[in-house]
Amino acid sequence: MTILNDPVSAKLGDRAQLSYIASQAADARLNVELETEGMTLNIGPQHPATHGTLRIIARLDGEQVLWAEPSCGYMHRGYEKLTEVRSFPQVTSLINRIDWLGSFANEVPFILAAEKLMGVEAPPRAQWIRTILFELSRIANVSLFLGDLGVQLGAITPVFMAFRDREYVLNLIESATGGRFHPNFDRIGGLKDDLPAGWIDETKVVMKKLRNFCDEIESLLFGNEIFQSRTRGIGVIPRDVAMQYGLSGANLRASGVDWDLRRDQDSSMAWNKVDFKVWTHPDGDSFARCWVRLQETREATKIVDQLLDGIPAGPVMAKVPKIIKVPEGEAWVSTENPLGEMGYYVVSRGDSGPFRVKIRSASFNNISITPWLLRGVYVPDIITILASLYFILGDIDR
Amino acid sequence: MVNQLSSPAETTPVVDTVRDQVLADVQATLGAVVVDSLVKPGDDMWIRVSTLSWNESMKKLQAMGFDYFCFLSAIDWMPSPYGRGEDDPTEPAPERDTTIRPGYTGGDTRMQLLVRLVNSRTHVGINVKTDVPNEVYTVDSIANVFAGANWHEREAHEMFGIGFVGHPDLRNMYLPTDFEGFPMRKDFPLLARMVKPWPGIVDVEPLPGGDAESEEAS
Repeated sequence: MTILNDPVSAKLGDRAQLSYIASQAADARLNVELETEGMTLNIGPQHPATHGTLRIIARLDGEQVLWAEPSCGYMHRGYEKLTEVRSFPQVTSLINRIDWLGSFANEVPFILAAEKLMGVEAPPRAQWIRTILFELSRIANVSLFLGDLGVQLGAITPVFMAFRDREYVLNLIESATGGRFHPNFDRIGGLKDDLPAGWIDETKVVMKKLRNFCDEIESLLFGNEIFQSRTRGIGVIPRDVAMQYGLSGANLRASGVDWDLRRDQDSSMAWNKVDFKVWTHPDGDSFARCWVRLQETREATKIVDQLLDGIPAGPVMAKVPKIIKVPEGEAWVSTENPLGEMGYYVVSRGDSGPFRVKIRSASFNNISITPWLLRGVYVPDIITILASLYFILGDIDR
Repeated sequence: MVNQLSSPAETTPVVDTVRDQVLADVQATLGAVVVDSLVKPGDDMWIRVSTLSWNESMKKLQAMGFDYFCFLSAIDWMPSPYGRGEDDPTEPAPERDTTIRPGYTGGDTRMQLLVRLVNSRTHVGINVKTDVPNEVYTVDSIANVFAGANWHEREAHEMFGIGFVGHPDLRNMYLPTDFEGFPMRKDFPLLARMVKPWPGIVDVEPLPGGDAESEEAS
């Protein structure tokens, strides 16, 4: 009780002294109460915000994240090992399941890599139909993202609209390929089948519907004040960090990198036959990532429309041997998938199956930035940041 | 031989001036550490650097414009002693040739690391390989150059058993902590194929009639 002996407090009366001590004690108690001990918050593996079974371990100080790390592997299916005991045509049924919302897009880079090694090129009609189905899977995939985005922020309506309108696209994919989710339609040298009758007209109608859906989402969600305040300036990824972590797709373009593999890379697909704009956003925050995806969906409907008008006639399958043996060599092919750059590094030893396949999936790189990105954010923002990075669990774990 | 609609010789250019120039630049920057290189015109390019210069080479490549980290992985060049997993488990296991034969740009070891970097301005990609010393299976980490390599190295560590010196945290990503063995190594058997015969073998058998016979003849 040194305070009672010091000259300043000695001049005070007893009453004042007591109140001074009491206030000090209250301050001290308040400080002790506010001194929050570090807490570890476990999100998932089963959580609506994790699109599957991702678990996030976050160490918190109050509401702030000190350290966060996703824990993967709840859905690891070992596709890289399994491809080594499959033949080339069998692999497509496996890799369909990597990003299950845009399955057809997964098949394309692998088939292109096998074709590159074999020196086969699909006939023009097959290339166009491939590109159309590729863009349809992008629309189906990203439209669900746009609806789901609302749910993460507490808006329930958009997700019903997304499921409603995605169904039209899935119906199209189903009527052309026979499978809603796992088409397994792409073949080395072309496609399994031609388009059914009346498909082109039907697709045009659906594309109009999907453009309306984009407009609705834009006014409902992106114009919403709450949505903007929850996403603007949150989870900012600068350009050089995005490049270092190998982010791709809309996540990279939202950091101001004007790079789209559809435009900037030669491939035997029909993207170079159409006009489209590559959308970028300079901000790099959650809002930018969502906004770029919205614009891309609308752009994809326009790509499909242009392609539908110009499908060349001819066969959908090049002449390839019945038993496919791929010559020895190594090939890397990647395409701009709905989630970002997806590529396959295929090593062949002249066998009927690959010697080694490295699957470079977009979500693995996209989510590897989270330990860096989540540091210092507030707990509610974890959800919006993860939602805006947009990952599919099958695409992380493979 | 099989007829194809377009043969690769007609479509791919014989000389690739862009990639040849990039390769010359890379060789000038990295110097003698580039052991071997390969340019496939109109397709892609590969270089192999010495193991000791791995980290340094990555820094130099990043500085010269290859700033986009695409992926890191490893390749086990030893052919699997289990073949394609199509053996009948009730029969004695057949003897297989497991001579190690490297791929493009050669190699002296069983394991190789493979990194793909892309120049974000010219969009030219480069595949960089390096040998992983046998028995030791340890190389320098490049997570301090490309932060994104962190997770890829963790994956290569648990799947191929490659150690990365200087990596901040080599925990398992996918496998349980007490898992033994390295699943992506070729001598790690695919257990599902070990316990009962693979029924899918019928799928790749030649169909009666058709052009199967002509295929066998060629």
